[in-house]
Amino acid sequence: MDLYEFLITPAEATRLHGPHDRIVMSSRVRLARNLKGAAFPGWAKKPERIKIMETIRPAVESLPEMKDAFSEVMDNLGALEKQILVERHLISREHAAKSSGSGLVLNREETFCVMINEEDHLRMQALRPGLQLREAWSAIDKFDSALEKKLDYAFNNDLGYLTACPTNLGTGIRVSAMLHLPGLVLAEQINPIIQSVNKLGLAVRGLYGEGTEALGNVFQVSNQMTLGETETTIVERLDKVLLQIIEHEENARQTLLEKKPKVVFNHIGRAYGILANAHSISSKETMNLLSLMRLGVDLGLFPEVNRSLVDELFIVTQPAHLQKQFSDKLTAEERDLLRSDMVRDRLKNVSRPNVKPPKPEN
Amino acid sequence: MQCSVCKEKPATVFLTHIENDKMHKVNLCEDCAKKKGVDNPTTFSLADADLLLGLGAAQEVVQTAGGVDLKCPRCGFSQADFKKSGRLGCPDCYQVFAEGLAGLLKTMHKGTRHTGKTPEALRSSRDAAERLKLLNKKLAKAIESEDFEQAAKVRDELKALASPAAEPAKK
Repeated sequence: MDLYEFLITPAEATRLHGPHDRIVMSSRVRLARNLKGAAFPGWAKKPERIKIMETIRPAVESLPEMKDAFSEVMDNLGALEKQILVERHLISREHAAKSSGSGLVLNREETFCVMINEEDHLRMQALRPGLQLREAWSAIDKFDSALEKKLDYAFNNDLGYLTACPTNLGTGIRVSAMLHLPGLVLAEQINPIIQSVNKLGLAVRGLYGEGTEALGNVFQVSNQMTLGETETTIVERLDKVLLQIIEHEENARQTLLEKKPKVVFNHIGRAYGILANAHSISSKETMNLLSLMRLGVDLGLFPEVNRSLVDELFIVTQPAHLQKQFSDKLTAEERDLLRSDMVRDRLKNVSRPNVKPPKPEN
Repeated sequence: MQCSVCKEKPATVFLTHIENDKMHKVNLCEDCAKKKGVDNPTTFSLADADLLLGLGAAQEVVQTAGGVDLKCPRCGFSQADFKKSGRLGCPDCYQVFAEGLAGLLKTMHKGTRHTGKTPEALRSSRDAAERLKLLNKKLAKAIESEDFEQAAKVRDELKALASPAAEPAKK
């Protein structure tokens, strides 16, 4: 099956909406599961990993949620395809590095994505646009309950679901959301917010997860502790914290506009100026500037622009997505030229930011 | 979350330290943070961090076994391997290395007992085990208080529980 034909186009992807999606880009709940009596993927030899995958893959494919799914072993995916999947946040960077003995099953709507033999035998995720943690949890809970009838999970009454890394032990759950927080970054309030979120036992990470930068002012917030609490408690806590972060971000934007409008207009105006006129631009700079344009759209400075235009550029200007549109292998410099051409073209009908906005859109 | 040094007080200082592309995290209570000089980041050296961090925790697991390098009989994974990777070899490793892991889990998680979802097949057997325990307690109490009528009733319930075929018939 052709991955590129299967994947939702970036334009379609940015038309999906959910609650609070002005700030919360997506919600995700992931469960880690392993089979009884088999070595974890990091320790199992290749024949054992292949055997494990041959047990798990048909079971996952047989679920009604996975009707017409994209199902493939990692050895059959090229480096570019894997990188596209990472840029879409469907698989982890760790999984993209796997080949023989690992696999992927993704449903049509891209709301369920299962990684086979990543760090654990099974990493199943439910994805939703906007803030929908409860919906994602209930979806993956049901998915997991159907799967447990077909597979023999490693489970212990005291320790719960047994995972390769003790940090995932118990529920094996990771609840996370991707947040766009340009207001808190501009107002220099992001660090105290991160610190207080950390104190609640939650982790804050960058755009592509563990150990990555917060490119484009996008942050991932997730739980760290998985043992000693129920899944619902973890989901509810994260939901509560996220609502507070949303409120802080909205307040920061409002305060900036009232107290330092020139600073805000300067940042957004410059971002627009560079994006609309550059003839070479890196992926990192593009993301950071698009983030400011997205803020401008949210604040009503680009009345005729829909946020989905910016969101689409956010996806298609990433290195692998850009490379995919050209048949020749591009160098980083060539990509920077082509990226700027694409961005200029997409922004050619967008007028300069209107610094006297009628009324911020709510 | 507990302090990873004293393992007593709740942690309020959270450190992240990146070395060789690996992220290490350490959680300290206020007192331990002061003792280690962590409250003042300018005097806190990376060497100190190493002692405190995840690697230190894995080291501890090895030490608790009294120097012998314990191996999982099912998958051959050793404590040295755990120290290296921070991950275990197979589900059985949790039993083999249980003693050393207990302390690590305490610093890592909210609790050390799973209270979340349980696979349905195990849920019924776990419920039955808990009911058995409860009935046995009830029986002992009835006998102690010489309430033989009650004791007979509980005994019948226990009998029913022991022969699962009788249970659905009663419903």
